[in-house]
Amino acid sequence: MSTGVTDKTQKTIGGIRRKFAPWNDPGAVPLIRYKNVTKRFGEFTAVDNLSLDIYEREFFALLGPSGCGKTTLMRMLAGFEEPTEGQITLAGQDLVGMPPYRRQTNMMFQSYALFPHMSVWDNIAFGLKQDGMEKAAVAARVEEMLKLVKLETFARRKPHQLSGGQRQRVALARSLAKRPKVLLLDEPLGALDKKLREATQFELMDIQMELGMTFLIVTHDQEEAMTVADRIAVMDHGRLVQVAPPAEVYEQPNCRYVADFVGDVNIIDAKIESVAPGAVRLRSDAADMSLMIAQDVEAKPGDQAWIAIRPEKVRVDLDPPVEQGVNCLSGTIWDIGYLGDLSIYHVELPNGARIKAAKPNLTRVVERPISWDDKVWVSWTPDAGVVLTR
Amino acid sequence: MRKGLSWFNTTSIVLGFVFLYLPIVLLVIYSFNASRLVTVWAGFSTEWYWKLLENDQLLEAAWVTLRVAFISASVATVLGTLAAIALVRYGRFWGRTLFSGMVYAPLVMPEVITGLSLLLLFVAVNFDRGFWTITLAHITFTMCFVSVVVQSRLVTFDRSLEEAALDLGCPPLKTFFVITLPIILPAVISGWMLAFTLSLDDLVIASFTTGPGATTLPMRIYSQVRLGVTPEINAICTIMIAVVTLVVVAASIITKRQEVERERAERLAAAGG
Repeated sequence: MSTGVTDKTQKTIGGIRRKFAPWNDPGAVPLIRYKNVTKRFGEFTAVDNLSLDIYEREFFALLGPSGCGKTTLMRMLAGFEEPTEGQITLAGQDLVGMPPYRRQTNMMFQSYALFPHMSVWDNIAFGLKQDGMEKAAVAARVEEMLKLVKLETFARRKPHQLSGGQRQRVALARSLAKRPKVLLLDEPLGALDKKLREATQFELMDIQMELGMTFLIVTHDQEEAMTVADRIAVMDHGRLVQVAPPAEVYEQPNCRYVADFVGDVNIIDAKIESVAPGAVRLRSDAADMSLMIAQDVEAKPGDQAWIAIRPEKVRVDLDPPVEQGVNCLSGTIWDIGYLGDLSIYHVELPNGARIKAAKPNLTRVVERPISWDDKVWVSWTPDAGVVLTR
Repeated sequence: MRKGLSWFNTTSIVLGFVFLYLPIVLLVIYSFNASRLVTVWAGFSTEWYWKLLENDQLLEAAWVTLRVAFISASVATVLGTLAAIALVRYGRFWGRTLFSGMVYAPLVMPEVITGLSLLLLFVAVNFDRGFWTITLAHITFTMCFVSVVVQSRLVTFDRSLEEAALDLGCPPLKTFFVITLPIILPAVISGWMLAFTLSLDDLVIASFTTGPGATTLPMRIYSQVRLGVTPEINAICTIMIAVVTLVVVAASIITKRQEVERERAERLAAAGG
């Protein structure tokens, strides 16, 4: 993968992303609608009274730990599972009761599910032949798909003669060949190593842009979801916890579960002291002073709350900060983790709680001014943290 | 642990193989005996094989046996494969334990009992005994072997392959024929071969269920041996051994090759980036 391709992709997508937000447009008609969908397997409820709208040309990610119901939600759209209750529509058409082979969705499987007895060419042509497409048209489409995934020279090979990355591309080409209304991706990059996975993420976004299709991806990898998706739905126990664009999910999580699942976070126990428009004061055992967060919150003084603050937004210094209005706590360095690009300082607060601060290593200096057992000050500005009430 | 085998192990293996195969080796050797007397060696000859061609009774019996084996193996393969699919795919359906018990019962049932019960059935329903009753009986007792072989393959079959075919617009029945069957075909073929050889050398069940005009080769041989072993019997037995060995070896090669192929594919998948 050349870096040139990646750069171009990032720019295009960044540019489009700023404008693309049909979920904020009350007039927009969703392509996929889940309406009060419940799925039970015997006693176990995999999906619990869930409603969700996904719009055309959206790259939508279902994110959650294994067993949260994200795969079941996707399989109901493909037709491999029927909802116990509720309704699913695709482009206004009710899908309940429609068998998978009549639905205009295609899926890329986690195991790729390439037909081992067919060549790459026949694998990609399989879906087209089912539709009774003419031979010449099939050939043209297959060639186009092979070109799209850069596998033109591998058409005659059998799946077992390909590397993992190549198989992944064949699976992608096969699921795209029929130009489905929605492409479903079930942990599509799970079997690839880290470098290839990252390159493929950008390639997926590129392809989605190029074909102007709607993609629904299921993943447990939060970085993957953040990279590729326009919106992320964080799931837990068959329910949607938060549905929002990646930056919102990361910067304004609506509960501790989301804050903790997406990225690294410090969570500080606190009680609300006072509430004003755009400003909350909180009191915590960990701090001598009251803490300020610039945010609107629906709570009253005395309520239990939590401050969630990302490690990269926490400063750690040997001297107290001089600025006014900065939240600051004293503590001692408990441990330091050196990651190369970052150093993670674990600071123990007087009440025994620990807080993580990530500091980029801006120079090559190996000797750091802050060392184990040093007395330090951790601080963050009022707009760095977020108050959570659940 | 020492490499190679100890003196004791070598001896027991040699004795074991001698016990199992010496009679067969002797039979093969004596089928090339020039003498009419089975126990006296009088030089090499292929005379008895040529004599076989003139023995209409034996040839007739061989033809019946082949037809029975072919038809029963084919029907047993279809039924056994269907049974295996039902057992592997449809999870815990009502009566599954009973069904699986009934499929596998003939595997452990003494042949005499299978034969006798089938005979009683054919008599009870007044079915003319002969070629078709033997065939039916053979279908019954070889089906379970096919089922075992196919089932072991289906257990490792990746269901998402079928889901992928459905997802791409292929209806379920067509999916079975274009995706599932080609992939499990080696197992189905070895199941057929197993059923074929089992039917080929069955004496007990065939004797119980046969009627006038339908005598299989094992039955013919058995009845001739009672009048004394002739070198011709040795010759026909040698041919049967050759046929059975060929089929069994072919079946095991097919299964083995498929395993090797799968392992290689898995290794490649693990190594591939």
